[in-house]
Parts: sequence; C-alpha cells; structure tokens
Amino acid sequence: MSVNTQTRRAGPAPPEPRPRAPRLTWSRFDVKAAPYLLISPYFLLFAVFGLFPLVFTLWVSLRDYGLAGGEATFTGLDNYAALLSDADFWNAVVNTVGIFALATVPQLLLALLLANALNKRLRGRLLLRLGVLVPLVTSVVAVAIVFTQLYGRDYGMVNWLLDVLGLDRHIDWQSARWSSWTAIATMVDWRWTGYNAIIYLAAMQTIPRQLYEAAAIDGASGRRQFWSITLPMIRPTVLFTVFVSTIGGLTLFAEPVMFAGNRMDGGTTGQFQTIAMYIVEQGFRNFDYGYAAAAAWLLFVLILLGVGLNYTLARRIGGSR
Amino acid sequence: MNHKARRGGKLAAAMTMAAALGVTAACSSGGTAAEGTSSAAPAEKITLTLQTFGGGTNFGYKAAVEKWNAEHPGVQVKYTNLTDSFENVYWPQMLQWLQSGTGAGDVVGIDEGGMGLAKARPQFFTDLGQYGLDSRKADFPAWKWENGLTADGRLFALGTDVGGMSICYRTDLFEKAGLPTGRDEVSKLWSGGWDAFIKAGQDFQAKVKDTKFVDSVNTIYNVVLSQEAAKNGNVTYFDRDQKLIAGTNPAVKTAFDLTQKISQAGLTAKLQNFTDPWNTGFVKSQFATLGCPGWMLGVVSGTAGDEFKGKWDVATVPGGGGNWGGSWLAVPKQSKHPKEAAELASYLTGPEAQLMAFKEGGNLPSTLAAQDDPALQSATNPYFNDAPLGKIFGPSIKSLQPTFLGERHAQVKREVEQVITGMDQGSVPYAEAWDKFVAAGEKAAR
Repeated sequence: MSVNTQTRRAGPAPPEPRPRAPRLTWSRFDVKAAPYLLISPYFLLFAVFGLFPLVFTLWVSLRDYGLAGGEATFTGLDNYAALLSDADFWNAVVNTVGIFALATVPQLLLALLLANALNKRLRGRLLLRLGVLVPLVTSVVAVAIVFTQLYGRDYGMVNWLLDVLGLDRHIDWQSARWSSWTAIATMVDWRWTGYNAIIYLAAMQTIPRQLYEAAAIDGASGRRQFWSITLPMIRPTVLFTVFVSTIGGLTLFAEPVMFAGNRMDGGTTGQFQTIAMYIVEQGFRNFDYGYAAAAAWLLFVLILLGVGLNYTLARRIGGSR
Repeated sequence: MNHKARRGGKLAAAMTMAAALGVTAACSSGGTAAEGTSSAAPAEKITLTLQTFGGGTNFGYKAAVEKWNAEHPGVQVKYTNLTDSFENVYWPQMLQWLQSGTGAGDVVGIDEGGMGLAKARPQFFTDLGQYGLDSRKADFPAWKWENGLTADGRLFALGTDVGGMSICYRTDLFEKAGLPTGRDEVSKLWSGGWDAFIKAGQDFQAKVKDTKFVDSVNTIYNVVLSQEAAKNGNVTYFDRDQKLIAGTNPAVKTAFDLTQKISQAGLTAKLQNFTDPWNTGFVKSQFATLGCPGWMLGVVSGTAGDEFKGKWDVATVPGGGGNWGGSWLAVPKQSKHPKEAAELASYLTGPEAQLMAFKEGGNLPSTLAAQDDPALQSATNPYFNDAPLGKIFGPSIKSLQPTFLGERHAQVKREVEQVITGMDQGSVPYAEAWDKFVAAGEKAAR
C-alpha cells in the first residue's frame, strides 16, 4: 500500500503497471466483507440477547421445568395443550386485547388530531410540539404510581372529582373489569399519545404544500383536505404506529403490575391480568418455568396474528373509497 | 519507511503501556505486602449484607445491627429490608437470586411460609453445622429448631421469632363508639370467642360510621386459621405428605366461614394487608382493630407512626392461642463470607438480640432463654399505651405449637387470600367464594 501511495505522489510519471494482487484482495474484502463486519454488532447482540432466549424459551416450553432447583423433564407439547384449556390464560388474553383496544384506538385517533392541529401555524409551535413529548420522558413506573393514586378507592382524586361534580359514586376502580381497564388505558394513552402525534406530525410535514393549495382553490374544506390528502399521504406512518402499538399493547406489563400493587395476579379475580403478567406469575411466582415459556410463545403467535390483522385493517385507511 | 516507523511507534507505545501497567501492579502488590506486615489485623474489611422483609419495624434488627457493627469493626453489616410483602415480592425475588447464584445477601430472612420450599432446596443454603452452630440446639423449642433442618437433617436456618396472638385496637375509637377502652375489659368483651368479637363489632359500627371495626379479612383470617390449625393436627393447606387439603381441612373452612361472616356483617374496611392503601388506612384511621401476632406490633407502630402513639392498645385474642408467623435466618451458599455470615445469623437469633428485637418491634423471641428472661416477662410497650406485653404474650409463647406448612404453601396462601379479599371487596360473590377459594388453591398447588 505504502509503495502505491508513494508512486502516485511521485507525480505525472507515466503510469506503471501496478502490482494488482494485494490491492484486489483488499478491495474485494472492502466490498464484500466490510458491510458484514459493520452490521455484525447488531446481529451478534441479537444472537445473544434475542435468538438465544428465543430458542431457549422454546426448549424450556417443551419441558416440565421447575424454577428454583426443580427438575426439567421433557413433556412435549403438554404445556401448550394445558394452556389452551386454561381459563386463566384466556382470561389474560381477553384482558390484554380488551385493554389494547380501549387504549390504542382512542390513542391513535387523538394523536392524529393532535398532529393535525400542531401542523397548523400556531404561536409557540415548537414549545407545544415539545410539550406533547413530555409524558414520554417520564418513567413508566412513575406514571403508574401517580395514576394508581389518582384512581385510589378511598382517597383518589378521580373519585373526589366525581364527588365534586355531584356524581356521588364511590368507584373501586380496581374491582371491576371496565373500571380497571379504563384506568390502565388512560395511563397508556397519557404516555404514548404525544409520541404518536410527533411521528404523525413528521410525516405530515413531508406532504407538499401545493397539494393543499390546489385543493383549497378547488374549494375543498379543511376536513376534506384532511381525509383526502393528509391521511392517504401518511398511510405508511399510520401503519408503523399501528404495528408498534400492537406490539406494545399486547405485551403490556408495567402499568397493570403497578396498578395491582406490584402483584402479578391483576386484581382479586384477575380482572386486569395481562398475558405478560400471567407469564411472570407462572414462571416466577409459581416457579412453573416451562408453562410460562409456552405462554410466552403463544403470546408471540398472538402478536403475529394481531399485527397481521391490524395491517389488513389499517391498509384501508384513507384508501380510494 | 513511513509504515515501519508508525509500527515502531505503536510498539513503543504498547511497551510503555505494558511497563506502566507493570509498575502499577508492582506498586499495588508492594502496598498490600507492606500493610500486611505492618499490622496484625485482617487485611480486608468485610461487609455482610442482611436482607429481610416486612412492614414497619419488620425484624426489629436496627439496634442489634448497630451493636454488632460497633463491636466488629472488621465485619460490618449492611441491613436492608427489601419489601413489605413476603409472598408477592420478597420470596420470588429471593428464589431468583438463589437460582441465578448472585444477588442474595449473606444472611437472609425466610418467613415460615417459605420454609417448606427452602428445606427442599438444600443446594441453595450453607450448612450451618460446619461452623459449629449445631451446638445451639438446646436454645430453641424443638419445633423451631427442627424446621430449620433440611430434608436430609442438616441445619440451614436459625429461628428468629414466634407468632403469639393478640388483638391490637384503638382506644380513642373504642371510646367514640361507647365501648370499654381498658385492655382487661376489652379482652373480656370478646372472651366468649369470635362471635362475641363480631357482636362487639356490630355495636361499634352502630355508633361509628366513618371507621370500620377491622382492617381486612386477611388479618383475621390468618389469626383464626392458625388457631384452628392447632385444633386440627397443626396443618393448614397441606398435610404432612405434601398433599393439598385446603378444601377438606376443617381448620381452613372454619377460618373461611368466620371471615365471610365478618365481611357480611360489614365490619371490614375492605383493605388488603401489606398494601399501600392498607398502610394509608392506619394514618387515616380507617379501622379500629386488627389481629396482631407479636411481630405485627412493630408493623403497627412503624406504619401508623408517632401521631398515634398511645392510642393503640393490645388485648387478648378471642378463641385461644395460635402460631402465625415467625421467621428464620439462613446463609445462602452464594455468600462469599459464610463463616462470618453464620456468626451473624447466630448472633441475631441469640437471646440478647432477640430481646432487642422484641423491644424494638414486639417480635416475640424464639429462644427459651429469652422467653424466660425477666426483661420479657415484665416488658411494657409505650407505643401501645404501656401494654404489659410480657403478661399478654408470655404465658402463651412457650405452649405454641408448630404449624406444618407444605412446600408450595406460599403460592397457595397468596392465591386463596386473593379470593378472600375479592369476596370482601365485592368482586367475588359470597355464594361462589368457597368454590373459587378451593379452585384457586388447587391451581396454585399444581
């Protein structure tokens, strides 16, 4: 290499036939191997922290594996069969899907409206845009603790507010399905609406102004512009947020756990126990590791189904109808 | 040329670095050697971690640990109380630490509910016999000693406290309800048994609306369960062959029925013990009584705080003696200083430290010497209106019987108590509660 450089620096001397072999190997390495080398950290980390746990979980799920010093005997698909007829597991599935629907649908709609509003010419626009991101910065545990206090049965602010409004209803937010789901959904929404709004906003800003100008000249109203220009143009982004919130919603864990006072059973009758909580309860409270691993794999399948379903639904958004 | 020079530079740099490292290494090793020769004291200061659980003053080890630290400059104890809740947080976490081989302290507390599982996992715990602690056998009642032995008969845990029973009550609230306030009269009020207790509760509730008579169903349930266990062969959820008997043991059913009766009579504040709302309930005066095993006194004084000092008092429990709770100290295998840790465990379970813990939190000592100590027999507690705790607990603690707890006791306890709480709070209908209770126990025991 250094020889070559020196020859080049030597000036306008007629080009000699260069010694090709070493340069070729280098450039071949450069082109063929270097990209792999550069992306390898991700895949190495993924292999250690992603692939290995995945395969290990599968291995564990086929066994009667007792945590804390228990035995691990091969039982085949027994865990899966037991899970599919386990009413508590299905209860957790219903809760998870229910809370997901209750949280995500209003969240994304709200985020869309919020983004549309922020996309207008407002005074202090930057401040407002940053403002919607603030909830995201707070720790999820802090959010859950504060909201759990707000929804307290005896001294919670929500009940106090209802009282002030003349609705003399002493709601035990944790005891019923609808109330506990609502409480958890508001925690999720409070934290993630701003995040989705900012993503929508970024997508909205890539839409050419001329489209709106042309539409305005044609006499299209603001609402019409939103449905016929904005929404179709940001459809890929909507799909992205739908994916992310599906995955987040189906693996919901921290908020309901904190709401249950650090327990995994999600209320006295499991009224807000999510699948992730059920997995931890089985694996680390009842020490039935194999069963928990099987539940984790079923959750994985459920997420794939959920994402697929939402993809087909969300694809229609703003489509030519 | 250029190339060679650069490589030379790198080499030189590497050599300089190596040399520097060598020098540092030389320095440090020289340093230790010098220290080692200059003083005869052990070169290294050891820090032992002591991990416990429980609300309020929990194990009551503050004074005992301070004394140890003052007397052992070379072996300092770091005392952490990890959480209020044994079944839900502490024990699962501890088992994960034991399983993964790191995280557990040098000395750890284990509640009676976890002992069945711990006994069956001797691979996690240091054999304390190898440090000569077998010699302490005569210090303890036989049952307390034997429960600290693994399945193959090796000593792995030493007993801390035992759970004699009482009822803690608020004198000011009793006065408000027109009930007697002196502890002898209060004890007499329900000397007829639990039905008399319910009657007193109804009288209380007739006069006072914003405060409930008892805190929760769990507390009373556990008091009654341990009383009933003593009448039914000293077993609760499991028989001695580790078979689940939660649905057939009359002790469980009796405790359940009484709990349901109290809940249906509207006497509970519908809280769940060892939760934040329960802790708040103390400060907001949401309830007037609760079932108090010895160690609960520290939970009450620690949680309610100085504001309520002197307003609490202690009366005898309706329905006779029982043994709820009591803990053990063990040394996990993963401890780096098992010898010192074993010494610490032995010290903390010795009569002297047990009496300090009794003074601090009301935890009743498990050693015979401490139980016989005049200091215990004549003890009073200023927080509880100078209640003569020695007189209240003293006569019963020596006759306490061991309750056998199965390997999966903690899991079953957690699940069935959740059903009781649900019944009290309204999410489980009274008519379905017993079936749900049995089903929850069966699932958790599987």
